[in-house]
Amino acid sequence: MKPLFAAAALALGLSVSGLAFAEPVKVGMITTLSGGGAGLGTDVRDGFMLSLKMSGNKDIEVITEDDAMKPEIAVQIADKMIQSDKVDVLTGIIWSNLAMAVVPSVLAQGKFYLSPNAGPSPLAGEKCDKNYFNVAYQNDNFHEAAGNYAEKQGIKKMFIMAPNYPAGTDSLNGFKRFYKGELVGEVYTKLGQTDYAAEIAQIRASGADSVFFFLPGGMGIAFMKQYAQSGVEIPVMGPGFSFSQDVLGAMGDAALGAKNTASWSPDLNNPKNKEFVAAFKAEYNRLPSIYAAQGFDTASLIASAAAKADVKDADAFRAALEAAEFDSVRGKFAFNTNHHPIQDFFVREVIKDADGVMTNKIAATSFVDHEDAYAKDCKM
Amino acid sequence: MQTALFIEQLLNGIQFGVMLFLMAAGLTLIFGVMGLINLAHGSLYMVGAFACASVAAATGSFWLGLVASLAAAAAAGAIVEVTVIRRLYERDHLDQVLATFALILIFSEGTRWLFGSFPLYLNIPSLLQGAVALPGGVHYPLYRLAIIGVGLGVALGLYLLIGRTRLGMRIRAGESDREMIGALGVDISTLYTVVFALGAALAGLAGAMVGALQSVEVGMGEPVLILAFVVIVIGGIGSIKGAFVGALLVGITDTMGRFLLPGMLAAVIGPAKASGIGAALASMLIYIVMALILAFRPKGLFAAQG
Amino acid sequence: MTRETVLNAILALLLLALPFAAIEAGEPFYVTLATRMAVLALAAAGLNLALGFGGLVSFGHAAFFGIGGYAAGILAAHAFNAEPLMTWPFEIGGSDQMPVIWLVAALACGVVALPIGAISLRTSGVYFIMITLAFAQMIFYFAISWPSYGGQDGLSITLRNGFPGLNTMVPTSFFLVCYGLLMAALLLSWRLRDSRFGAALQAARQNEARVAAVGIDPLKIRLAAFVISAMITGIAGALFADLTRFVSPSMLSWQMSGELIVLIILGGTGRLFGPVAGAILFVMLEFVLGGMTDRWQFFLGLILLGVVLFARGGVVGLIAGRPRHG
Repeated sequence: MKPLFAAAALALGLSVSGLAFAEPVKVGMITTLSGGGAGLGTDVRDGFMLSLKMSGNKDIEVITEDDAMKPEIAVQIADKMIQSDKVDVLTGIIWSNLAMAVVPSVLAQGKFYLSPNAGPSPLAGEKCDKNYFNVAYQNDNFHEAAGNYAEKQGIKKMFIMAPNYPAGTDSLNGFKRFYKGELVGEVYTKLGQTDYAAEIAQIRASGADSVFFFLPGGMGIAFMKQYAQSGVEIPVMGPGFSFSQDVLGAMGDAALGAKNTASWSPDLNNPKNKEFVAAFKAEYNRLPSIYAAQGFDTASLIASAAAKADVKDADAFRAALEAAEFDSVRGKFAFNTNHHPIQDFFVREVIKDADGVMTNKIAATSFVDHEDAYAKDCKM
Repeated sequence: MQTALFIEQLLNGIQFGVMLFLMAAGLTLIFGVMGLINLAHGSLYMVGAFACASVAAATGSFWLGLVASLAAAAAAGAIVEVTVIRRLYERDHLDQVLATFALILIFSEGTRWLFGSFPLYLNIPSLLQGAVALPGGVHYPLYRLAIIGVGLGVALGLYLLIGRTRLGMRIRAGESDREMIGALGVDISTLYTVVFALGAALAGLAGAMVGALQSVEVGMGEPVLILAFVVIVIGGIGSIKGAFVGALLVGITDTMGRFLLPGMLAAVIGPAKASGIGAALASMLIYIVMALILAFRPKGLFAAQG
Repeated sequence: MTRETVLNAILALLLLALPFAAIEAGEPFYVTLATRMAVLALAAAGLNLALGFGGLVSFGHAAFFGIGGYAAGILAAHAFNAEPLMTWPFEIGGSDQMPVIWLVAALACGVVALPIGAISLRTSGVYFIMITLAFAQMIFYFAISWPSYGGQDGLSITLRNGFPGLNTMVPTSFFLVCYGLLMAALLLSWRLRDSRFGAALQAARQNEARVAAVGIDPLKIRLAAFVISAMITGIAGALFADLTRFVSPSMLSWQMSGELIVLIILGGTGRLFGPVAGAILFVMLEFVLGGMTDRWQFFLGLILLGVVLFARGGVVGLIAGRPRHG
C-alpha cells in the first residue's frame, strides 16, 4: 500500500506545486570531486541526482562545483552561487572544516543550508540556526552508537584510536560518552597518516578485548590492510565511516566481520531503501554508500518542501523542511529542535554479498530514536 | 614484552625508512646528475601503485603487477623527461618547481580520469601473508620484512651500479662536471633519460610495494614526496649514501617519536594532555630534526663536494 | 615610459575597475573575486621581495600567510566574546579593528620570521627551499593539533573586522581597503628595490663575495628582506581571513606556499607587478575552469606547464620583454 500511497501523494504534491509555484528551486551543490576525498563527494552528488531523477522532479535545478577539499575555495564558490547564480538552497559539503567555513556565511546571506554529511558540534549547539538543517547526523552520533554497543556487549577493555583533529577528538569523546569500561589505550594519530605499524604494535601490547577506530578514507584502508597482516587477532569495530562502501572494495577480505555503526545500511528493510539501492546499482553500476544515501535523502527532503511551499517564502519553506514529510531511505526520519535528525542507529557487519561484493548488513540496533548531546544548547 | 614492543617499533622505523629510501634515491640521483628539482616524483610513485593494482586485479598476480609498476613508472618517467623535463635543465629552480607542480596536477587528475574516484584494491601476495615469530618473542609481518629486504637489496644494487659499472661512472662524471662528460663523447641526453627513468622506476616500485599495505588512491604520492625531500636534504643532496642514512634517520625518528613521546610526556604533564600534545610534537619531530641538522650542517650530513 | 610601466599602469587600473564594472553589470560576485586577486597579489608581493629581488626561494611563506590569518581570527574571536587575550603580566584584549590587527599580524610574523630567517639563511639553494618548508610544516602541524582555536576545523570570524570610517561589510569598501594596501606594498617594494638596500640585496643575489668585499654583510641584508617580506605576507593573511571570514590550517599548508610561488612565476619573477598579473590570471583560471569542468585541475596543470615552457618570464615578461636590470 505504501509505495502506491507515496506515489499518489507525490503526484498530488507535484500537481499542486505546478499550479501554485511556477518558480523552480535553485540548489547549489558544493562538494569534493577531486583529490583524495573525491569518492565521498561523488557519492553524495550521485545519490542526490538519483533522487531527483527517480521522482521525475523538474522543478529543482542543481548547479554542482568542486571544492577540492579546500575551505577557501568552498567559501568562494558559495559566494558565487549566491551572488551570481542566485541559488536558494546550498548543500553538498562533506568535511566539517569546510562546513564551518561556508555555513555561517551562507546563513548570513539569508540562504538555506542542508548538510548531507558534515555535522560539526557548534552548528548543532550554540551556533545552530533556523535556516541550517542537517539531514545526515551530528558528528558524534555514529561514535556514540559504537560506544553504546561496546558497553552493551560488556566489553571490558577497549583500545580507541582516531586522527588528531577536532572530528577525531569528537569521535573518541562520543564513544566515551556511552562506553564506561576500561580504556587500555587512547591514541591520536597524525591526520593523513598511512603507516600504522607503530599503533598496531601498541594494540598488540595493550591486552585489549576490542579496538575502536575512526579512520575515514585512505587512512582506514591502510590501517585495516596492515592490521590483517600483523597477526593481531583482537576484533575491530568503528563508526560507519571506517567501513563505508567507498572503502570496502579497497580493504578486501581484511574487513570481513568488522562491526560498525551507522544510521543506514544497504539491507535496511523498507520499500524506499530497496528501490534506492536497486536504482543506484542500475544507474551507476556500484553499491551506494552511506554518503549516497544521505545525498538521496537531502534531495528528497528539498523536493518535499518545494512541493509544499515557495522557496522565496522563507518561513513557509522552513516550516515545510521542519515537517520533513518525505520517504527516507532510513525508514523513519524526524528533525529535533536543533534541526538535526532524531533517528535509529544500527550495528552493521561487513560481509560479502551473493555477487562476492564487499558490503554491510545489519546485525543489531544500538539506539532507537537517538538525539544528539548538543540540542539543549541550541536556542533558536 | 616491553623489549619485544621496542624491537618491533624499531623494525617498523627501519621498514618506513627503507621505503623512503626508494623514493629519495631517485630524487637525489636526478638532482645530483641533472640539477633538477622534481616535485612530480610522488606522481610516479602513484603511477607505480595504480599500475600494480590494475594489473594484479586483471591477472590475479601481484608479481606481474610489480613488474608492470616498474615498467609503467619507468615509461612514464621517460616520456615526461623527453617531452617536458628536458627543457628545464638549463632553467633555474623556480621554473622547475612550477613545471613539476603543474605535472602533479596533470598526473593526479589524469589518473582519476582513467581509474575513477574510489581507491583501488591491492593485496599482499599469498606467499608473503601473515606474521613470523622472531627471536625475543616478536611477531612481525612477513611482508614488511620483505620490504626491508628489497630496500636493502636496491641500496646495495645502486651502490654497485654507481661504483662498478660504466653507467655508474658516467653518472658520477655527470655529478661532478656536466660539461666534461659531453666533451668525452657521452650521449648526455640519453644518459639523462636513463637516469630519470631509473629514478622513476624506483619510485614506482616503492608505490607498488606500499600500495599493498596502504590505500591505492589519487594524491597518495604527495605526503611521501615531502618526506623524501626531507630525507635528501638531511642526507646531502646528490648523495646516495646520504639518502640512505637520512631515510633511516627519518623513518626511525618518526616511528619512535610517535611511539615514545606521548608516554614520556605522560610522566611529566599527565596522560590526558600528553596524548594530544605528544601527537602534535611527534608530527613536528622530523621537521625539527631537519632544521637542527641544517642549522649546524647547512649542506646536510653527507654533502657532495662543492 | 617603458612598456613595463605602461603594462603596470594598465594592470593597476584593470584590477581597480573590475569590481565597479561588476556592480554596473549586476554581477556582485566579481567584487569578491577581485578582492581575492588583490589579497593574493599582496601576499605574493611580500614573497616577491625575498624571492624575486633577493633570490631567496622561500617554500614556507604560507606560514606567515597563516599566522597573519590567525592573528585576525584570534583577535576577532576574543573581541567578539569579550575575553581578554591575556591577563598577566598586564591585560590585553582582542580587537576587531583592522589597523590593530594588521599591526599585530605584521609584528607576529616579524617575530617568527626573525629566528626562521636567521637559521635558514645559513643555507642556500635547494637547502634553503627545504628548510623554510620544514619550518612551515612545523607551524602547520602545530595549528592542526592545537585545540584552543579550532585545530583542523579552523576558526570562524563572525563579523568582518572594521576599519575606521568605512563599512567593511560592503564588498567594494573592503575591496578598496585591500587594493589600497596592495598599492602601498608595491610602492614600498619599488622604493626598496631602487634604494641602496635594494641594490645591495640584488647584488648579493648575483655575487655574494663582491657585496661582502665592500663591507656589507649579505646575511643581514637578506635577513632584513626576509623579515619585511614575511610581514607583508602576514598582513595579506589577515585580509584573506577577513575576506573568507574564516581561518584554518589550510592557509599554512605547503600547497599554499607553492601557490604563492606559482603566482609570482606566472606573473614574472622579480617584476614589480608580477604578483598582480599572476594573481589576476590564476584566480581567473581557477574560477573559469572550475565553473566549466570537474577536471579543472588537469587543464590548470596543462596551462601552467605551457606558461613555463613557452612563456618565459611570465605574463609581464611576455608582454613587456626582458627586464632592464636584475
